[in-house]
Amino acid sequence: MTPRVQKLRQQSIEIKPFISSERAEMVTEFYKSGIPLKVSVPVCRALAFKHIMENKTICINDGELIVAEKGPSPKATPTYPELCCHDTEDLRILKTRNKTRFEVSDEVMKVYEEEIIPFWSGKTLREKVFASMDKKWNQAFDAGVFTEFMEQRAPGHAIQDDKIYHKGLLDLKAEVAKRLSELDFFEDPRAYEKEQEYQAMEIVADAAITFARRHAELALETAKNESDPQRKKELELIADVCNHVPANAPRNFHEALQMYWFIHLSVTTELNTWDSFNPGRLDQHLYPFYKKEIGRGTLTEEQARELLECFWIKFNNQPAPPKVGITEEQSGTYTDFALINTGGVNPDDGSDAVNELSYLILDVVSEMRLTQPSACVQVSAKNPKRFLNKACHVIREGFGQPSVFNTDVIIQEMLQDGKSIEDSRAGGPSGCVTVSAFGKESCTLTGYMNWGKIFELVCNNGIDPNSGIQVGPQTGDPRQFKNFEQFVRAYEEQLRYFIDLKIRHNNIIERLFANFMPAPFMSLVMSDCIKKGLDYHNGGARYNPTYIQGVAMGSVADAMTAVKYHIFDNKTFGMDELLSAMQTDFEGFDDMRNKLLNHTPKYGNDDDYADSMAELLFELYYKNLNGRPNTKGGKYRVNLLPTTVHIYFGSVVGALPSGRKAGMPLSDGISPEKGSDVKGPTAVFKSAARIDHSRTGGTLLNMKFNPQVLKSEIDIEKLCDMIGTYFRMGGHHVQFNVIKAETLRRAQAEPQQYRDLIVRIAGFSDYFVDVGKDLQDEIIARTEQNLA
Amino acid sequence: MISHKDLKGVVFDIKRYAIHDGPGIRTTVFLKGCPLSCQWCHNPESILPQPEPAIRFSRCTLCGRCIEVCPENAISKNEDHVRTDFDKCIRCGKCVEVCPASAREIIGKEMSAEEVMAEVRRDILFYDESGGGVTFSGGEPLMQSEFLTAILEKCRNDNIHTAVDTTCYADESLVLEIAEKADLFLCDIKHIDPKKHLQFTGVDNKLILSNIKKLSETAEVIIRIPVIPGFNDDIDNLKATAEWICGLEKPCPVNFLPYNSGGTEKVKRLAHKMRIIVSKRPDDGQLRKSVELYENQFGLKAIIDG
Repeated sequence: MTPRVQKLRQQSIEIKPFISSERAEMVTEFYKSGIPLKVSVPVCRALAFKHIMENKTICINDGELIVAEKGPSPKATPTYPELCCHDTEDLRILKTRNKTRFEVSDEVMKVYEEEIIPFWSGKTLREKVFASMDKKWNQAFDAGVFTEFMEQRAPGHAIQDDKIYHKGLLDLKAEVAKRLSELDFFEDPRAYEKEQEYQAMEIVADAAITFARRHAELALETAKNESDPQRKKELELIADVCNHVPANAPRNFHEALQMYWFIHLSVTTELNTWDSFNPGRLDQHLYPFYKKEIGRGTLTEEQARELLECFWIKFNNQPAPPKVGITEEQSGTYTDFALINTGGVNPDDGSDAVNELSYLILDVVSEMRLTQPSACVQVSAKNPKRFLNKACHVIREGFGQPSVFNTDVIIQEMLQDGKSIEDSRAGGPSGCVTVSAFGKESCTLTGYMNWGKIFELVCNNGIDPNSGIQVGPQTGDPRQFKNFEQFVRAYEEQLRYFIDLKIRHNNIIERLFANFMPAPFMSLVMSDCIKKGLDYHNGGARYNPTYIQGVAMGSVADAMTAVKYHIFDNKTFGMDELLSAMQTDFEGFDDMRNKLLNHTPKYGNDDDYADSMAELLFELYYKNLNGRPNTKGGKYRVNLLPTTVHIYFGSVVGALPSGRKAGMPLSDGISPEKGSDVKGPTAVFKSAARIDHSRTGGTLLNMKFNPQVLKSEIDIEKLCDMIGTYFRMGGHHVQFNVIKAETLRRAQAEPQQYRDLIVRIAGFSDYFVDVGKDLQDEIIARTEQNLA
Repeated sequence: MISHKDLKGVVFDIKRYAIHDGPGIRTTVFLKGCPLSCQWCHNPESILPQPEPAIRFSRCTLCGRCIEVCPENAISKNEDHVRTDFDKCIRCGKCVEVCPASAREIIGKEMSAEEVMAEVRRDILFYDESGGGVTFSGGEPLMQSEFLTAILEKCRNDNIHTAVDTTCYADESLVLEIAEKADLFLCDIKHIDPKKHLQFTGVDNKLILSNIKKLSETAEVIIRIPVIPGFNDDIDNLKATAEWICGLEKPCPVNFLPYNSGGTEKVKRLAHKMRIIVSKRPDDGQLRKSVELYENQFGLKAIIDG
């Protein structure tokens, strides 16, 4: 690490995240101006963006090579009141809570109280969303059957592809202008809508270029007063770069990185879309520049590494926008799932795409040890084994990166969704684990579905025991069920009801975004919005799936197994007895709970009895969800990942027949219920491979390894072979935490000593001491794989 | 070929993803019973040939459920612990079933060869990917030679690589018979000096060394040296052992297995009491030096763990 990078990295880690009200003030100012009443919605959004990009405070931090921040300075976190407006209570909690704290200055508080809140109250999109949801939806939402991402964040999960390295914004603008000139107001009934969308695209392209040129001016001005000749030269170079990109396609490695960064900031300033927005397959995009410059001698490997590291720090400078409507206990995260891909295959012919940069990026990941951006490797059977081996060396360092993805299965998943083979190969995992065709897809994750709650409702004839409200349909008193099939039918009926409820309302929310919150900048860079003259939120992208993420497969598989095994197959005890035990949280049912916990087949042990239940749950979810139409011309699809919601979902679910006590976290992703996998990692992999990953859009498998088993090179080879076997069985993804439980316990007791301890949580990494105690406990308890 | 269909043996553990018991990813099957009684024994629960009860006192909550179900009234309770009269215990396992804290277990389970194979076959995909297979360990697997033979034959039928982790303390004829059925032998040399060997393991090493010599002439052998600080880690023993290995017709590769204190913890849970000497984990630097010594001075292939 060069001294420059060291300094910037340290600064990025040390500055505390804080709320900046600048964006909120500018948006408010703009909406108060009366202009929104005079123009179409897309143009209004474009002008709001322009107002921000032309006027926001900019900075060039001392020593940096890649420039520009989302807020006025590093770690400044803008807010998006037009979508969801923080109230004073939110700000107070953000300022005072123990974990994931944001500084909120008195000034910001005052601006919010006097300007932002009074103006936006009653006008936010969030309020529109909630006003459009009916009573049944609200009951299910309150009971914790599902969550809804889009109540406060714009749909996202878009990843950039290679187009921005071939075309500048001026090129894209020229395409827009051509389409505008060709509009047919006689034959095309949508000509007006297209015109407005195109005009909006032109405005945002210019605004982003202006934003970059403001940095060029600042760089030159700073250079004038710079006494260090070396830095002066760098500032002049920065000015040159910012004058060239993003207006034009980049000419070299440095410009390519800066190009992406301006696109990133534009997309994430326009709306609070998930910052999972990221450059995607960075090793592929940069390689042509790298190869050319290394060949010409205008760039060395060391310079490339330094530029990449400066780029990495930029991501870490942008904390994820905090939620509104938060509570004291809720522990958010600063990370926003930007996941940089390396490896994989070439889009055109499917050949091995690993190159020198793939390895260099792994070095950068290892040196940077930052929570943002996260990194993953895409591993295909076509890649050399040494690539995975190199990745496993980084994994061994124990900070949860990179995660490992199976390219060959990812391609199958995308083909299954109707994507072209080339687009499938050019894509990969975005954000957490969900696949998308990079640069061509509106991959909307809309919320989590709590299978544990649905199971509980089956046991209670649709009534939520927490509230006594009839949340789900009456599927019968389980005491009357004659066989297991009846129980499964009741489960499917509940599941179907909630999927229907979710989809019906989701389709409304999609329209709210399409009508009120178009994203012209995102539309500019995502194929085929220009071609179609349609916004990204309105089906403009080439592919438009919507995902509802299934949560708690492991926990519910264990619960189902217990019911089948003890009630119907072995008749160990009756349904009445089991339901009573669940109602009392096993109080007075110690023997039963012991049988359920310790003498019942469990998912995650390569046990056909239990694993077939996981398969059944997956098939039911798939059958009732997959392929149903959304409003953007795409279809609903299945993925299985929890982020951290399995903790919240667990908190609203009572005792389960697996022996799990009320309120405990549910299992995450497709990982087994914590502590129930006792046959080691190969058994977990085999259980996890039982479901058909190729029919999902992503699954998440967490493994925790003791560093003792990754000591030698031979150990690492064996780990590679184990991952290779999982992938041959069709597994989608795996990630490892290589940390001892005792280390974590110590970190919990003495957080100040473990500030930089990073753990993989669920599709992302975070500082262990920053996450809530409940999540900390959960990470500690997650089975430490019992390896030889 | 004789049908071994119903042959049963006593297995006390089957560990998957065993990565230090031979090449590749392996499943290690632990057979119960051992003729040695090494004072640092890592698996003291393996020594008796028959199933035996074990109690983890740290987990016991004194709930007394075991007392209620014991048909022999072998369990009683006083204020701070549960007492089990092992002479009365008939190993029925009823207390294990009801113990809510999983504090009680019966170590060792009768299994048929086919039942063992069913477990072994579960990880074939992993063996194939990594060049792994199954390892039989113990205890001393040769103590259940018929059972072992039956499983080895089944593995050969299924084309699964086999390794036998043995003390080599067995009749030469038996050792050579097994040599034809297994692909690899992991043989311990615990000390080169017969007296010390007798003193710390209960047996002389003469038979062991002569069996290793014979085996190495016909089969693939890896020699494993458990490194026990204070007992066999001195330079003289290390050198003498290396010289002996170099004297073999085909000098075998060597794995150094660092001592771990697992045995001292496990023995506390057992009914059958034995003395376990407490040592410490050898220093990593020291281990690396031993590897260097074997490689540079003796031209042997050596690694730590294996």
